[in-house]
Amino acid sequence: MSNPALDKIIEELKNYDGREIRLMEVCGTHTAAISENGIPSMLSDKIKLISGPGCPVCVTVTAVIDTLIELSLTEKTCVLTFGDLIRVKGTDGSLADAKARGGNVRMVYSPMDSIKLAKDNPDTNFVFAAIGFETTTPVYALLIEEAEKLRLKNIKILTSLKTMPEVIRWVVKNAGNIDGFIAPGHVAAVTGGGIFNDLSKELGIPFVVSGFEGEQLLMTIYALLKMAGKGGYKNLYKSAVSEEGNLSAKEKVAKYFEVSDSSWRGMGKIPGSGMALKPEYRQFDAGSYGLDEDHEPAGCRCASVLVGAISPHECPLFGKKCTPDNAHGACMVSTEGSCYNYFISGR
Amino acid sequence: MKITMAHGSGGESTSRLIEEVFSKYFNNEYLSELSDSAVVPGAGRLAITTDSFVVTPVIFPGGDIGRLSVCGTVNDLLMSGAVPKYITCGCILEEGLDMEILDKVIASMAETAREAGVVVVTGDTKVVEKHSDVSGLIINTSGVGFIPEGIDAPGPSHLEDGDKIIVSGNLGDHHAAILGTRMGIENDIISDNAPLVEMTRKLMDNGLRVHAMRDVTRGGLGTVLNEFASASKCQIELSETDIPVSPSVKDFCGILGLNPIYMGNEGKMVISVHKDDAEKALLLIKESKYGENATVIGEVKKGKESADNINVIVRTKIGGKRVVGPMYGEGLPRIC
Repeated sequence: MSNPALDKIIEELKNYDGREIRLMEVCGTHTAAISENGIPSMLSDKIKLISGPGCPVCVTVTAVIDTLIELSLTEKTCVLTFGDLIRVKGTDGSLADAKARGGNVRMVYSPMDSIKLAKDNPDTNFVFAAIGFETTTPVYALLIEEAEKLRLKNIKILTSLKTMPEVIRWVVKNAGNIDGFIAPGHVAAVTGGGIFNDLSKELGIPFVVSGFEGEQLLMTIYALLKMAGKGGYKNLYKSAVSEEGNLSAKEKVAKYFEVSDSSWRGMGKIPGSGMALKPEYRQFDAGSYGLDEDHEPAGCRCASVLVGAISPHECPLFGKKCTPDNAHGACMVSTEGSCYNYFISGR
Repeated sequence: MKITMAHGSGGESTSRLIEEVFSKYFNNEYLSELSDSAVVPGAGRLAITTDSFVVTPVIFPGGDIGRLSVCGTVNDLLMSGAVPKYITCGCILEEGLDMEILDKVIASMAETAREAGVVVVTGDTKVVEKHSDVSGLIINTSGVGFIPEGIDAPGPSHLEDGDKIIVSGNLGDHHAAILGTRMGIENDIISDNAPLVEMTRKLMDNGLRVHAMRDVTRGGLGTVLNEFASASKCQIELSETDIPVSPSVKDFCGILGLNPIYMGNEGKMVISVHKDDAEKALLLIKESKYGENATVIGEVKKGKESADNINVIVRTKIGGKRVVGPMYGEGLPRIC
């Protein structure tokens, strides 16, 4: 380390001895980067990092998984999904279990892969499991745009799309006791940092937009420590995040999607916290409405972990019955889930 | 010409296939007998291993399934302190396989066997009906090696306090090459598939105190070192910045969210060596073919303070510490 300013920050974070400060990162990629860099080992015991509801797989309710499983077992239908979702348990097993029972499930790396599949296999109906936050929604908009352009009739999406501001309000109101937010860099790159500036004013809690490098995360935590109790907003990820965001991505999203209510694992239905296809594009929807039902496996405390009410260690299944090899809850499945990260990195 | 079910009939077509492809490349006194089993000279302590290879595509940047099937088995023998001598070649061919591809793969297998100093002494072929998702060619190789007199075979439970951990080169190349090809990502990454004969023999012949030695294949470095730590009841501390990864693989991993510590390799090994022999060991590996990027990446801590803490710790580039567990779940697509 040859940066004296950073050395000073590292020293102060290690030796901090004021009142206990609780900071929440609301982005799964931040959760993973914090673990990866070993940041918890560099902080005073009085600075607690709490993982919030920012892992898309983790917040998806059971009804969505169940519907995808049902679709995968339907004749001439193929469900396309990102890797993580395939192992999340629904009411009766996961998509991976359904695949073993003969369900048609394929893992893809990009939603755009589904266009080629749909073109090459006109007799199969493809359903993309469209989960994600503000960061991923523009890609689904591009997918629909392409499908519309090519007049593809055999591609649809099942949406469980979430947005950040309402769930942050929910967490502050219901879980409480948060002294500052590490605001999600990727989301802010699309939405613009402005929405977090507004939230900081409204809630009186500081927000700092951060990138994903270890040094920047340390600076963000340091900034939040100084701002705690006072509120305020800072953007430390200016290389990627402007105040107004990515206007062309926002335009695309606004063309195909509208704000909707959305159900979150463990939090129930939060008004205005999601995105759904606009009525004029519903021919591309595979049945996303009313998918609110949610129940956790017996003993699983994912819902409390997701909102920072308990740490993963406080769940009775953590590291015992529930491990990455035999994940009971979604937070242990996803590489961005808090339980997975706590387990893998020994946090 | 394509492989047909007749090539697996056991009749004339099979004989011709063996003659025109396998015997042509593997020609040697043991195999030429074409008897039910090869009878070979040998005595003392034997090391025996077997491995099956399934990879899509069968020919990939930097190698192919033939080379892979020799390297995998030869490296397994080498890691037990043995000098590899004989290997077998069992091929399962899919109907419709291009003869040209088979020829290329078997030629490459023969060339790699020559490089590794092993003789393909016996073999078998079967032809199966076309299955849509299989790559067209599956190879099984078994290998036999001799452990020289006076050699203490290294083992995962032999780690000692203060040992240095050395990895023989950049991690993740094979995994990234295969995954990149499958995903159609253009880059300059090539597989590291290679027989590690020279470096392992140099370590053994110089009598260095190599306590444990393992090729770093599926599961990656993280999984191997966890096996070492748990078998030897010790802690291994690594320095993240010293773990060698090429810039291209680093970028590739960044894009796909992969961690080179858990990626598979086919021409890399990790050793735990007595601290006083570490410098010499590093030099010998670096001088050997395929060892130019060898690096000391950490050390073994065995003692009271680590007694309850049997695991692998990495010091991150910003000075934090985290645990490196073994790889969990299926991890990534099957690559070998």
